[in-house]
Amino acid sequence: MQIKLRAFGVARDIIGSSVLEIDEPTLNTTGEVKAYLIKNYPKFADLLTFSLAVKDEYQEDNFVLSDHDEIIIIPPLSGG
Amino acid sequence: MIDIQISTAPLDPKQSYNSVADPGVGGIVQFIGTVRDQTKGKKVLRLDFEAYEPMAIKEMTKIANYITEKWAATHVSFHHRVGTLQIEDIAVIISVATPHRKVAFAACQYAIDTLKETVPIWKKEIFEDGEVWVAAHP
Repeated sequence: MQIKLRAFGVARDIIGSSVLEIDEPTLNTTGEVKAYLIKNYPKFADLLTFSLAVKDEYQEDNFVLSDHDEIIIIPPLSGG
Repeated sequence: MIDIQISTAPLDPKQSYNSVADPGVGGIVQFIGTVRDQTKGKKVLRLDFEAYEPMAIKEMTKIANYITEKWAATHVSFHHRVGTLQIEDIAVIISVATPHRKVAFAACQYAIDTLKETVPIWKKEIFEDGEVWVAAHP
């Protein structure tokens, strides 16, 4: 699965970049992408939580990805 | 009418007011969120705000639509600033206009509370000795 991740806020600091492209045949759901991020960037485990959005909507962990999906990493919010 | 804007330019309460003013409206409640000079006693120098704008606009539109349905709001306006903000700068203005006064308060309260829970916007506090991304809502 080829996917592109975009990171904001503290997520960008953790990854060290605002965009991350990965090509991993084992990543088929948003939940698996979360686990991948925590494994490769352990600081994600220190966040209270983080969400993933696809097609500009928050997605549950069982959301099935399509090739070339763009995933937005959404760390804890602090707008307003 | 729903008016949603994200901008790097300073926000103007009058402009937000103008976007909801209407002869059919009996009450307008406006919330203005400003930059405070300290967090838990620690001096804040400035804030950096950023948004994932396509989704932030989508989420604010959802809130505005909900308010329009639940409280029969006539007009709802969300203006959120991004970029570097100084102390006392306005970070957000929400204006809600309804035919009668009472529900305008409830709707505006719901709007700011929900914005903080669902709209992808983040702020970094810059202190004299460092900086930290605020995690206000998981």
